[in-house]
Amino acid sequence: MPDRDTHHSAPVGAERSEARLAWAFVLPALSAVLLIAIFPLAWTVWESLHLHDLRMPWRGRPFVGLDNYAEALGSPRFWGALGHTAFFTLSTVALEVLFGLILALALRRAFRGRGLIRTAVLLPWAIPTVVTALLWGFLFDSRAGIVNAVAIDAGVMDAERPLVWFNSAVWAWVPVILADVWKMTPFVTLLLLAGLQNVDETLYEAARMDGAGPWQQFVHVTLPQLRPALLVTLIFRTLDGFRVFDLIYVMTHGGPGTATEPVALYAFDALFDHLRFGYGSALSVIIFVATFLLALVYLRVLGAGLTGRPE
Amino acid sequence: MAAIRLDKVEKVYPNGHVAARGLDLEAADGEFLVLVGPSGCGKSTALRLVAGLETPTRGRVLIGGRDVTALPPQERDLAMVFQNYALYPHKTVRQNLEFGLLMRKTSAPVIAERVARVAASLGIDAYLDRKPGQLSGGQRQRVALGRAIVREPQAFLLDEPLSNLDARLRVETRAELARLHRRLGATMLYVTHDQEEAMTLGNRVAVLRDGRLEQVAPPMEIYRRPANRFVAGFMGSPSMNFLPCTLRDGGGAARLESPWFTLSLEGGVTATPTREVTLGVRAQDVRLGAAGEGDAAGRVEVVQPLGSELLVHLALTGGEEAPVVAVVPAEAAVRVEQEVGLRFERDRLHLFDARDEARIELASPPRPDGA
Amino acid sequence: MRRLLGWLPAAVVALLVLSALFPFYWAAVASLTPEARLFERPSLIPAEAVSDHYRALFDERDFWVPIRNSLLVAGTTTLLCVPVGAVCAYALARLQFRGKSAILAFILAVTMFPQISIVSPLYLLLRSLGLINTYPGLVLPYLTFAMPLTVWLLVGFFRQLPRSLEEAALMDGASRLRTFWEIVLPLAWPGLATTAIITFIYCWNEFLFALSFTLGPERQTVPVAIALFRGQYQVPWGQILAAAVLATAPVAILVLLFQRRIVSGLTAGAVKG
Repeated sequence: MPDRDTHHSAPVGAERSEARLAWAFVLPALSAVLLIAIFPLAWTVWESLHLHDLRMPWRGRPFVGLDNYAEALGSPRFWGALGHTAFFTLSTVALEVLFGLILALALRRAFRGRGLIRTAVLLPWAIPTVVTALLWGFLFDSRAGIVNAVAIDAGVMDAERPLVWFNSAVWAWVPVILADVWKMTPFVTLLLLAGLQNVDETLYEAARMDGAGPWQQFVHVTLPQLRPALLVTLIFRTLDGFRVFDLIYVMTHGGPGTATEPVALYAFDALFDHLRFGYGSALSVIIFVATFLLALVYLRVLGAGLTGRPE
Repeated sequence: MAAIRLDKVEKVYPNGHVAARGLDLEAADGEFLVLVGPSGCGKSTALRLVAGLETPTRGRVLIGGRDVTALPPQERDLAMVFQNYALYPHKTVRQNLEFGLLMRKTSAPVIAERVARVAASLGIDAYLDRKPGQLSGGQRQRVALGRAIVREPQAFLLDEPLSNLDARLRVETRAELARLHRRLGATMLYVTHDQEEAMTLGNRVAVLRDGRLEQVAPPMEIYRRPANRFVAGFMGSPSMNFLPCTLRDGGGAARLESPWFTLSLEGGVTATPTREVTLGVRAQDVRLGAAGEGDAAGRVEVVQPLGSELLVHLALTGGEEAPVVAVVPAEAAVRVEQEVGLRFERDRLHLFDARDEARIELASPPRPDGA
Repeated sequence: MRRLLGWLPAAVVALLVLSALFPFYWAAVASLTPEARLFERPSLIPAEAVSDHYRALFDERDFWVPIRNSLLVAGTTTLLCVPVGAVCAYALARLQFRGKSAILAFILAVTMFPQISIVSPLYLLLRSLGLINTYPGLVLPYLTFAMPLTVWLLVGFFRQLPRSLEEAALMDGASRLRTFWEIVLPLAWPGLATTAIITFIYCWNEFLFALSFTLGPERQTVPVAIALFRGQYQVPWGQILAAAVLATAPVAILVLLFQRRIVSGLTAGAVKG
């Protein structure tokens, strides 16, 4: 009967020296991350419990407990920002996964010009988000933009009173969401395509022999095989959506007013516009906790697949 | 050359999978020991434990009498030939061969001499400056062998080195390996799932199942006197025929009773008077004759010509039908649906306890009784 | 009907390529359009092309400066992160030691950090060290996302290398360190290059930290410089788009040259885990 205590191999000389080497390898990167990521995070939490207004240094930095959090939770602007973030995330993730799936299915078969397609597909992902924001800002510019030009030509829009997209609390979302979908759908397509290519072709052949039509093949063969790739995609895109900053800062700066302001931008404003570091830190912590919880939920669903086990 | 020994070795993985249980295995100095068994039986694990690529949860590994359990693979002075050859793709063949010697700080002239000699003996000297990617499978296999030979290690470990070769090349290389072993006088630990390979190559064969050693013995002994039903069924092709019987000990004379036949055993066996057993008889030891003759009656179901022989699938009649396979010369007049009589070679019978599957020794060959 | 469906994938692909490339095309056209014409009815093919905007970028706005800054910061960060990340990733992928999966999970978690959550303490820290508006003042914060990124990508690459090669080296008598240096690294070269490219791209595109930790044009990176073009009289679309085209150029070249590698790098880590 194997001894229950020795599930792992008893540490032997050889293993100990390997472990030593491993720690030597891991330590530089690990300490860098701990120092520059974890330490500041802890500081943010600590800071969020204080009143720290850089415009009023004479007030010092008194400990105020959870006051900042109370202020945030009581602030309509905060809840607005949260709502905007949720709306943005849901819309972009839904659209990106939908389009990504369609594209991945279409791209599955071997294609000539694969390189060109890949380049075209990667370019929106690879450029700075700032550039994306500017490009789409231009497309939707009320006077120079092509969208309005086409709309006017089609008779849907009045040439005398073109729609100023970015002045409308509702319509401003259109270019914002479209810009993100344009930028990230290629990435989603790539992830799903990789997942699709792991599907055994013979499964489809077997399904066809069994009499399954294209829709049934999709439901019973494709979707189940895609599950891991889909879940990975959902995690990454949801977390990215929640953290959105660059795109909206440049496109609308949260405007008009605060109509398109996501939580990250609200926190940024509190920190660097109003210089309220205590309050801004509280907002940052809320964002972090929300992100962390979201990630946990997803990881639960995915299981140990992401962290991986050695082969 | 050195002897290799696994002493009561156990390997349990963190997920609970037991790859080796109480393994006690020894390969003598200069011996060619083959580890064989179905996939998952733990033969590769055993090899890797000897190599040091895995560490045992319990037990010791000894090489040349020395306890090396705590030693990493780099210091065990063993050479391993991998199933996929594992040649360094970015190095030339020459560099592949030299690598192990460089690690041991061998002097340059010695390295050059050995590499040239081994390359010539394996016929790969023409490729010394090529990279593995430019070689065929057979050539790569020889480079993998060369890399091991050039090191002049204490022992060789081979992990299914022939399974990636096509059938003909496999048979040729088998012979080469046997010649190599004779020439070098090396201790070789060889893993395969192919029982034919095990029989033809090994000085001794160790049959494993589920991490346990079922039997270790020279090939012919494994074939003639398998220790249990598993070994009997695994070794030898086609697989041995097994028929459930009852052993009755009636005052000095034992009898083997089944719905299809009754055999008398002279001298009997040491056993309780009545016992459920399994009779094992190889296809090659089943003789076919006219209906009504022999030990049992059967009907031919399928005849498969193998060239020099016929593989005949029969159904024993006389109760619930039981399948039996026989191998007969190609000239035999056997037809499908034909009723025949089967005779079992007397001195080639095997008996296994129906419960624990262990071999039951017979005092002397059994004699037929009247049908 | 079947014929029609047969054309569908090709049509979808054409649509994809067109919609991906159109905004670039449009921006390039606009960047070559004289200022006066910019707000007229836009046309698909420009009537005339001028380089006014590009010249203005370099003459009036000294666009070389942000380009230089971006190159220095992204380049330095990549050069720092790839070697350090590589050894860490190798240990996580191949060596056995306690706490390995915890560290792996930790590093993965850090890649999901919202940057905003650490901006303020980093700002205060950099300020107290006098590093605001300096190169180290950007490289240091960039490590927070670049390091976990390189580790995560490289773990994926190292895992794809056949284990038996390393085992063969061990059997040949090479130490773990020697095996890593002589056998693994040469074979991981494509993975290292791809990781460097992807890391460089992420650094080049980074906005929030660059915005927060620089004060003026002397140290601003390209994304920040472009974003701050506005706020003058009217939106200088010509120059903005010219700058956007220039900002895209190095990335576009990298993508064009290495698209296959980039895709395999991103998807290897993500899907196969």
